[in-house]
Amino acid sequence: MRIELTVNGARHEADDVWEGESLLYALRERLGLPGSKNACEQGECGSCTVYLDGVPVCSCLVAAGQAQGREVTTVEGLADDDGLDPVQRAFVECGAVQCGFCTPGFLVSTHDLLARNPSPSDPEIREALAGNLCRCTGYEKILDAVRMAAQS
Amino acid sequence: MTSTETPTAGRIGDSPLRPDGTLKVTGEFAYSSDLWHDDMCWGVTLRSPHPHARIHGIDISAALALPGVYAVLTHEDVPGLNRVGLEHLDQPALAEDVVRYQGEAVALVAADHPETARRAAKRIVVDYEVLPALTDPRHALDDDAPHVHPDGNLVRAMKIRRGDPEPTAPVVVALDFEVGMQDQAFLGPESGLAVPDGEGGLDLYVATQWLHVDQQQVCRVLDLTPDRARLHLAGVGGAFGGREDLSIHVHACLLAMHTGKPVKMSYSRDESFFGHVHRHPAWLRYEFGASDTGELIYAKADILFDGGAYASSTTAVVGNGGTLGLGPYNIPSVSVDARGVYTNNPPCGAMRGFGCVQAAFAHEALMDELADRVGVDRVEIRARNGMREGDRNITGQLIDSAAPVAELIEIVRDLPLPADPVGERDIRDLPGGAANSTHGEGVVRGIGYAVTYKNVGFSEGFDDYSTARVRLEMTAGEPVATVQTAAAEVGQGLITVEQQICRTELGVDRVVVSPKDTSVGSGGSTSASRQTYVTGGAVKAACEAVRASVLARAAAQLGARNLRLDGDKIIAENGEVLASLADVLGDDAVDETVEWHHRPTEEIDPETGQGNAHVQYAFSAHRAVVDVDVELGLVKVVALDTAQDVGRAINPDAVVGQIHGGSAQGMGLALMEEIVVTDGKVRNPSFTDYLIPTILDMPPMQVKVLEYADPHAPYGVRGVGEPPTISSGPAVAAAIRAATGKALRRVPVRPEHITL
Repeated sequence: MRIELTVNGARHEADDVWEGESLLYALRERLGLPGSKNACEQGECGSCTVYLDGVPVCSCLVAAGQAQGREVTTVEGLADDDGLDPVQRAFVECGAVQCGFCTPGFLVSTHDLLARNPSPSDPEIREALAGNLCRCTGYEKILDAVRMAAQS
Repeated sequence: MTSTETPTAGRIGDSPLRPDGTLKVTGEFAYSSDLWHDDMCWGVTLRSPHPHARIHGIDISAALALPGVYAVLTHEDVPGLNRVGLEHLDQPALAEDVVRYQGEAVALVAADHPETARRAAKRIVVDYEVLPALTDPRHALDDDAPHVHPDGNLVRAMKIRRGDPEPTAPVVVALDFEVGMQDQAFLGPESGLAVPDGEGGLDLYVATQWLHVDQQQVCRVLDLTPDRARLHLAGVGGAFGGREDLSIHVHACLLAMHTGKPVKMSYSRDESFFGHVHRHPAWLRYEFGASDTGELIYAKADILFDGGAYASSTTAVVGNGGTLGLGPYNIPSVSVDARGVYTNNPPCGAMRGFGCVQAAFAHEALMDELADRVGVDRVEIRARNGMREGDRNITGQLIDSAAPVAELIEIVRDLPLPADPVGERDIRDLPGGAANSTHGEGVVRGIGYAVTYKNVGFSEGFDDYSTARVRLEMTAGEPVATVQTAAAEVGQGLITVEQQICRTELGVDRVVVSPKDTSVGSGGSTSASRQTYVTGGAVKAACEAVRASVLARAAAQLGARNLRLDGDKIIAENGEVLASLADVLGDDAVDETVEWHHRPTEEIDPETGQGNAHVQYAFSAHRAVVDVDVELGLVKVVALDTAQDVGRAINPDAVVGQIHGGSAQGMGLALMEEIVVTDGKVRNPSFTDYLIPTILDMPPMQVKVLEYADPHAPYGVRGVGEPPTISSGPAVAAAIRAATGKALRRVPVRPEHITL
């Protein structure tokens, strides 16, 4: 099948998409946007989190065909011409990135959290990011990064 | 991975930002699963569904007939020696007549789409005769146990005997302990891309911990010379020991050579659980004899590791479990027997903490038991028995640098405790959390302590070295150093450390880290907490060689002696700037390669276990505070605080990051992380059923870093990565025991262990 969608503000289309392909697979393997990550592909780890029409979703759980005609924002779309988004900058500066495989998902989830709640408490941060797994950091520096991003 | 470069200043002792950080937050960093090549196809693996079976035949015809399939390969297509293994060549790259564990690789498919390849793999007909499986390692050495391998089921037995062979003591405590099978659970799946060069060779881009040992293994199976199998480090999404053994390496190369096309392989999470080794489950029997006041007089330990179907690094894990298995204590008389055995369970090998993790649960539980028996405080008994510099450990090795066991445990004791709960509590802070299973009723608080020590680097006589190449030249009017090693960056921050060392030694600001590949000599493994020490040592030595070379050149040109190099200046003994680096180098580059070895270790005596087995020891302590819902058996870790001696913190922020992450993994093993294996079959190969700590599970952590320089190590560094994973779990288990009064002789602690 053929799909057409908007990703990070640009129109994209892909032909010969197999109906079983996820949005994550289409982004990574067909549209040249591998920033969203494939750690579990069953909605447990959050590393594939993207915005779909402004709502964060696990792109591994969305069929590519379901994104037809819709707007997707991935980690590649967070920075703009002025440079990194404050959330991205905070993750780098706080040492919240080690291997970094979980980072794209954390960034999108954090971006969404701060859009809804600009000054989250620690319990609110933990609750909002509970669907994102990190194996390297023990989350301490991720909390630091979210707090820093909230203040910027 | 591309060359990385940063203008960020930062010498050793600073905490410059990691040079790949921006790429990682923009999604541009190329992990091994992100690779793509024109005309590439996808490889998949067909794995055994049986823990033990004989293969009578493999029919690939239906798979080959599927449109879009380029190749279906079995062991008959292996051109070289069909054997892999880190320490023993005991595992076929593709199964021959027998499969020995559920998940063993049997056949490979390459196709135009991963789904086509998966469907083709399902069409392969393997004629299995299911055989009885040996799945209880406690019976692996019985006379009537079936042999997993022709030579029997013993991988290694080691014994340590020291002091009085028949010791007695007024106080004797003993216990049996069991540790479940933990998974590394790195997030980046095993993946890579093999690209044939059209001239009989190939390039493999892969996530790994040691490129050169992978290269040897690939060459052996594919019958290639090293110049024809060039390995390149792709971006690594975590490792923790799980990438020491091969995963897709040989398989992707076989498919690429066979099809003549680039082949990408990337495991699903389900396959990942079968595609790498795990932490050995262990059964431990310990006995301590002590004085009435708690001074240890003797210790006995019997430790059994389940190695699973293939040896992997079981030999070295047994070595660690044996030589380090009684913890950082002075014990006059010792008897330790440690064994690793083959079974038809999943193969086990390296994971962070490597043989010490399992033992620490036992010796720390027993130390608490001893403290209670003799009426000595649990911190005090550790301080009293803890090693100090100048002591000898149980293999008779002199501890010839800092061993601050007492100080570490006293530091964590004295760190501020979380406030005692009062009044109505936020349910998110309670066991069960938002599941709303308690509002505080039935919740009991407990505090637990643990200490550990861990070897750094490879041991028992292994020639453990790293190679570094450093080039210094003028670029656009400014000095630029380029550092090249093959040492794997897996997220821990080695590339940052390499830059910091170059800046420190050469006084330059700009340091380019070359891509990691096999075009330079081996960097050794990114494991055993060794890279800052060993590759750091190599980079330091290469910088010193570059500096000497520049100064020799300057001395010849200037006719002066006793010069020094500072950034772009050549400076005389009296401080006068005699020349610029540009004057001395012109358009030339100074380029030096150094192979650096740490001081040698030795094999231990096979009868007594005595000898200088290890190059360095690293010490840490943890204090855990838990709230336990004793009615439901749910645990909330409220605080997990730690102190660790790191010798010298090259990058203090990164050191703390390692300690945070390592502590989380140890806590995970105490509370939730276990691969459940029943009759040789894995029951929970997913992140739905294999749980790792989330941000809701982790408590705030206070980290106290000590820097007692090791005079034998470059800059005084001490390996950092593993100790936190060893002492955090036993502290959590001790805290649950303190809250519940239960003995809890198995981890992970499950709710029913608390409530029943």
